[in-house]
Amino acid sequence: MVNTTEQKAYQAPDKTGRYGEYGGRFVPETLMPALLELETAYREAKEDPEFVAQLEYYLKDYVGRENPLYFAERLTENAGGAKIYLKREDLNHTGAHKINNAIGQALLAKRMGKTKIIAETGAGQHGVATATACALLDMECIVFMGKEDIRRQELNVFRMELLGASVVSVDQGSGTLKDAVNEALRYWVANVSDTHYVIGSALGPHPFPEIVRDFQRVIGAETRRQILEKEGRLPDAVVACVGGGSNSIGMFHPFVDDTEVALYGVEAAGSGIETGKHAAALTGGRPGALHGAYMYLLQDEAGQINEAHSISAGLDYPGAGPEHSHFRDTGRVTYTSVTDEQALEALKMLSRKEGILPALESSHAVHYAVELASGMSPDQIVVICLSGRGDKDVMTVRDALKGGDGNV
Amino acid sequence: MSEITKAILQAREAGGCAFVPYIMAGDGGLDRLKEDLLFLQEAGATAVELGIPFSDPAADGPVIQEAGLRALSAGTTLKAVIEEVKAIREEVHIPIIFMTYLNPVLSYGMAGFANDCQEAGIAGVIVPDVPFEESEPLEDCLRMNGIDLIRLIPLSAPEDRIRKIVEAAEGFIYAVTVDGITGVRDSFGGTTDGRLERLKAIADIPVLAGFGISAPEHVRDFGRTADGVIVGSAIVDALHRGEREPIKELIGSAKDIAVPAE
Repeated sequence: MVNTTEQKAYQAPDKTGRYGEYGGRFVPETLMPALLELETAYREAKEDPEFVAQLEYYLKDYVGRENPLYFAERLTENAGGAKIYLKREDLNHTGAHKINNAIGQALLAKRMGKTKIIAETGAGQHGVATATACALLDMECIVFMGKEDIRRQELNVFRMELLGASVVSVDQGSGTLKDAVNEALRYWVANVSDTHYVIGSALGPHPFPEIVRDFQRVIGAETRRQILEKEGRLPDAVVACVGGGSNSIGMFHPFVDDTEVALYGVEAAGSGIETGKHAAALTGGRPGALHGAYMYLLQDEAGQINEAHSISAGLDYPGAGPEHSHFRDTGRVTYTSVTDEQALEALKMLSRKEGILPALESSHAVHYAVELASGMSPDQIVVICLSGRGDKDVMTVRDALKGGDGNV
Repeated sequence: MSEITKAILQAREAGGCAFVPYIMAGDGGLDRLKEDLLFLQEAGATAVELGIPFSDPAADGPVIQEAGLRALSAGTTLKAVIEEVKAIREEVHIPIIFMTYLNPVLSYGMAGFANDCQEAGIAGVIVPDVPFEESEPLEDCLRMNGIDLIRLIPLSAPEDRIRKIVEAAEGFIYAVTVDGITGVRDSFGGTTDGRLERLKAIADIPVLAGFGISAPEHVRDFGRTADGVIVGSAIVDALHRGEREPIKELIGSAKDIAVPAE
């Protein structure tokens, strides 16, 4: 019998913000009152029908939800196994899932009386989404971005500026996402009274991982409803990419209690796990504390954080959020990894077979899902979270292919 | 009474206020640690806050970030610092307090860290990314070894929170004078709006003011209300440039403070 209602056997986080042993609030004292205030405000907002209605309104009429769950027929034929569906987060306004959370948090911040929003960004998608929400809600917006990422994602920097945001270049460390988070935290500590920090991934101190998950949960909730409508049953497997882990946690969470649904999180293996140049914290890291949370991290023996490496700026982070860390240990989600090269191949394949240019981040999930589907039977179903579109990556992809055999 | 509390009270009784310089372990190589500690002791420091470098110091400003990166490039690890302190401890008589982010401690192992700190004669530990709510496991390990967990209290904190932290505090209270990160500031806008006085009135152990204190006039200003000051970036910067005179002058400014009558 098909289970059509969502059960709630799985409950996390607990009162201290823990998912199993992961999570918590490892931040300077100065931020604690702000985190406690945020937690209270969030609990109130969640229960307030007006807030819920407002969020739903923007998600529908502004973001364009619900977006389709699309049966990828030619990709399915090509894989030669299970039916493959794509959850089209790439069709959202601003081109990725990031807007779901950005609008939610910006509405929450406005409700709390904050006038200024800060955000970190890697690929620029979260920065663009936050700048967009701030333009819409008339709030000041500052986006911290690593110097290296600014170079890789020039177009998104310009988009943010067009939207009225200031983009601050972060030169410290490796000049990527983790350094942008450090700088955003430093700014927040100094400006905590009028500023809300819109964290873009399912990371950071409690209650951020919970808030981000809840705002991204719409992805999985829609998918679950849509697949039941189309197929009359739940999928056999759901696949999503994991950097910090926001699209994946939003996709997985509504399926956690459906034990017949296998969940796969795909990390960035960069040049290959064995080369040490990768961003796969769950596959190749160990637990530690960074940016407010206890979670799996890439680190050396002495506890210094290692730089992450991935062709995709959005996965280029040395940790994976606390709830993913918990799911790794419990085994509810299987975490695996895909190299730069494999992701590029998947990007080309989806473009050719379906006319859909996926983001490099999402291409990691596409590669693994196609491999998975090819080993399954035609009466089985695999759903891929297509978290974003690839327009932002065109230059990177061109450079990478030129550096290779030169053939597109 | 804790070794650190005692040293602070002695500085107060001598007519000045406590002066605790912060230095980054391994900045310029770990072999200069002994020389730097002996210099600070000689110059009259009450205790020393010894920073352990971390790759992602989210509570620190540019001066300490850069010092940390220099120390890391020189191969500094928490383990090596503990061993070096142990080797030179007999010649250094003032209390040494570690300031480290949590992850190197987790990597080391919390219980082993507390035990090895005790063997090296470390008097206290400050961990800026462990707030009150997360402090219990660390506090338990340190307490078993007779080491103070020094707690930070921002002057902006609500009063009920201040009271809760004060109750758990050991050694001294590290009053964070500004909401922000470590680093030199030109001015404090003249005053802390009576908030330092408020904290001092609640506290039952000494209160030291830190973050942004970089000039002799800051030391004299804060030294009137607080029991002492912590100076970081200005010291780290001067040591990096090899300039010792400004450090002597800063420490000297804490020696004679006109404390208002109680």
